[in-house]
Amino acid sequence: MSRILRATVFAGALTLAISGCGGVGGGSDEGGGTATKGALSTMGFGFSDEIATTRIEAFKRDNPDVELKVTEGAFDEQQFLSAVASGNPPDLVYMDRKLIGTYAKRGAIQPLTQCVDKQDIDLGQYRPAAREQVTLDGTVYGIPEFSTVRVVYLNEGLLKKAGLTADQVNLADWAALPALNAKLASVSGGRLDRIGIDPKIPEFLPMWAKANGVDMLSADGRAAKLDDPKVIEALTTGVNLIQQQGGWGAFKSFRDTFDFFGAQNPLSKNQIVAWPMEEWFLNQAAKNSPNAELVVKPFVDRQGKPLTQSAGQAWVITKGAKNPDAACAFVKKMTATDTWLAAAKARVDARKAAGQPFTGVYTANAEADKKIFDELYQPTGNKRFDDAVATIRSVQDAAFALPASPAGAEFDKAYYDAVNRVLAGQEQPAQALQRAQREATAALDKAAK
Amino acid sequence: MATVTPPVPGRRHRTPLARREARWAYLFLAPWIIGFLIFYAGPMLASLWLSFTEYDVINPPQYTGLDNYRQLMSDPAVARSLGNTVYYTALHVPLVMLISLGLALLLKRVGRLQGFFRTVFYLPVMTPAVAVGILFLLLLNTQDGLINRALGLVGIAGPSWTTDPHWVMPGIILMSLWSLGSTVIIYLAALQNVPRDLYEAAAIDGAGSWARFRSVTLPMISGALFFTLIVNTIASLQMFTEVYTMYFGNRETQNTFNSDAASFYVIHLFQEAFQFLHMGFASAMAWLLFVIILIITLIQVKLSNRFVYYEGEDK
Repeated sequence: MSRILRATVFAGALTLAISGCGGVGGGSDEGGGTATKGALSTMGFGFSDEIATTRIEAFKRDNPDVELKVTEGAFDEQQFLSAVASGNPPDLVYMDRKLIGTYAKRGAIQPLTQCVDKQDIDLGQYRPAAREQVTLDGTVYGIPEFSTVRVVYLNEGLLKKAGLTADQVNLADWAALPALNAKLASVSGGRLDRIGIDPKIPEFLPMWAKANGVDMLSADGRAAKLDDPKVIEALTTGVNLIQQQGGWGAFKSFRDTFDFFGAQNPLSKNQIVAWPMEEWFLNQAAKNSPNAELVVKPFVDRQGKPLTQSAGQAWVITKGAKNPDAACAFVKKMTATDTWLAAAKARVDARKAAGQPFTGVYTANAEADKKIFDELYQPTGNKRFDDAVATIRSVQDAAFALPASPAGAEFDKAYYDAVNRVLAGQEQPAQALQRAQREATAALDKAAK
Repeated sequence: MATVTPPVPGRRHRTPLARREARWAYLFLAPWIIGFLIFYAGPMLASLWLSFTEYDVINPPQYTGLDNYRQLMSDPAVARSLGNTVYYTALHVPLVMLISLGLALLLKRVGRLQGFFRTVFYLPVMTPAVAVGILFLLLLNTQDGLINRALGLVGIAGPSWTTDPHWVMPGIILMSLWSLGSTVIIYLAALQNVPRDLYEAAAIDGAGSWARFRSVTLPMISGALFFTLIVNTIASLQMFTEVYTMYFGNRETQNTFNSDAASFYVIHLFQEAFQFLHMGFASAMAWLLFVIILIITLIQVKLSNRFVYYEGEDK
C-alpha cells in the first residue's frame, strides 16, 4: 500500500507541475490613482534602445506625478494570464497586434472608446492596416506602435553573375519563378550552397495568398478561407520553389545558419539571392554591409501591383487596470507624432555618433513618419540604401494585415502546421489546407460563442 | 500468577516517549505538509474542478460536465501528442537504463580515475534544459550539424533530424541521452554496494562472468533499476522543456517546424492552457496524464514484487 501511496505522490507532483503552473503578477498592489497620478505598470515592453527610452522619458516629463513601473521583457502569455487570474494585472500591456482580437473577445482588455474620446486621440493618424488589426467588431482595443512591412531584397551582385538584372526578377509571374529559381540557386550533390528565391513560408503565406487575390481570413476575423483554391495555388508555388532547392530539410537547415544581425549576414556571404523580408533588415544591412550590392523592391501581386503585409505591436489597457486614466495618457504620449519625432531625432544622433547611416523609423502613425522623413531624414549618399528607403516608404500605403480574430493564435497554428506538413512531404497542399480549414473553423466557431 | 495480555494484531501499543517523538516528527514535517497542501494538493483539486468547466483564465469557469473529457477522447491532436509521448518513453527509458548500466559497469572498473569520469558523466546534467535544446538544434542541423558531419566521415548521409517527421523523434531521443549522468551515478553507487563475497562465492561455484552478472549483480541492483525505471518513465511522460525550446520556443521555430512530429503531451497541454486559453480542457488533459502515470506506476510497482530484491527484506 505504501508503494501505491508513493506512486500517488509521484503522480501528484506531476499534476502540480502541469496544472499548477503560475506566472508572475505584473501589476502593483500599491494602489492606483486618478487622472495622471499614481502608480502605472506595464508589461511586455523594455528599454531596448533610444526609441523606447526617449518616449518613456517624454511621458515621465509630462506626468511627473505618475509612478511608472516598467516590467521589462517580451510579452509572456503565461505571465499575463497569471496576473489576470490573480486579479493583479498590469495597467498596460505591449503585445503583438494579432493577439488583440483573442483577448478583446474574452474581455481581458478594455475597449478604448472612452480613452480615445477623453484624450482626444486622432485615430485617423494611424495607418489603416494597423488600425484594423486593433479593432474588433468596430471597437478599438489597442493603439498601434511600429509598422513592420515586408519588401523583397535582391543581391544584385549574384544576379549579375547569373546574367540577370533586378528588373528581371518578376515575382508577379509565378509561372516563370521555377526557371528563375533554377538559375539563381546553387545545389550540388543534394547540398544547398545558395538560396535562389526564398518564399518565406509558412510565415508569408498570407501575403502570397493575397497576391493571388484572396484573404485567408475574413474581414471580421471569424471565417477562415484556407482551403480556397487560390491559397492552395499560392502554397503549391512556394513549396515547389523549396523542393527545387534540395527539399525542405536542406533548405531549412541551410537557412537556419544565417545571421541577419551581423557582418556575416547572408547578403554579405552571398548565400541568398532574392527573398521577401521585413524592412528592419535594411537597418542591419546599412550598419553591417554598407557596400553590399543590395536592391530592395516591393513585393507584388500577380498583376504586378505593390503589396505588403503589415505587422507590429500595440498598447492595450487591461480590464482590471488600476489606473486607466494614466494608462490612456501613456498610450497617447507613446504614439503621438511629436514623441515619435523626438525618438527619431535620438536615433539620428545615435547613428551619427556611431558613424552609421539613418535609414528611418517606420511607425504605425503616418503623420509621424511624414514628419520624420521630412524633417530628419537625410539621404545616406548610398543610392542603393536611399532607393530602398523610398521603396519601403512607398509600400506602407499598400499594406494589408490579418484582421483581429477571436481565435488568432489557433488560426495561425492551423495554417503553419498545414504548410509544415506539406514541406515535410506528409500531405499535399490541398489536403493539408483542407485539414487546416477544419481546425481553424472549429476554433473560430468555438471562440465566437 | 500474572497474566500477560498478548498484543492485539494491528494495534500498536505506544509508549509516552513514542507519542512524544511522533508529535515532534509531525512538527518537523509540518512545513512540508503545509507546503504540500497549499502548493500540491490545492492546485490538484482546483485543476480537478476546472477540468469539468469551460475556463479561459479571464472569465469565471462555466460548468460543462464531462465535455472536456469527451473532447479529449475524440481530439486527434491529443491522440497524436500522447502517441508521440508514449513512443518517446518506450524508447528513451530502456535506452537510458541500458546505456547507463553499461557506463556504470565500465566506470566501476576504471580505478583511480573513477572520480574524474564520474564528474565528466554528470556534468551534462548540470546544463540548463533550455541550453540543451538549443545546442541540439545546432548539432542536429542537416547540412552543417556535427552529428551529420560525423556520419559523413564514415560515408553515411545523415537524415534531416529536425524536419523529416520520421527522424524528429529519434533526434529527440538522441538529445535525451545527453543527461543520463544521474542514472549512471545511481547505478554506480548500487554496483559499489554489491558485496564482493557474493561474487567470490559465485565464482567458487563455477559461475562465469555472465552468470555472475545475471545472478548476483542484477538482483543486487534491482532496487536501483526499479527506482530509475519509475523516475525516468514519469520524467519521459512529462517531457517539455528541451523539446519546447527546440521546436516551439520562439516565433521562428514555432513557424517552421513540424509540430505534429514534435508535439508532446505536456507541450500540447501548455499550448491549450496558455496560447489558446482553454484552461478547463488543459486541466482535463492534466488529469488524464495523471491517471496514465498512476496506472503505469502501479503496474511497475506490482511487477517489482517479482523482480526487485531489497536487502534485508523477507521474501
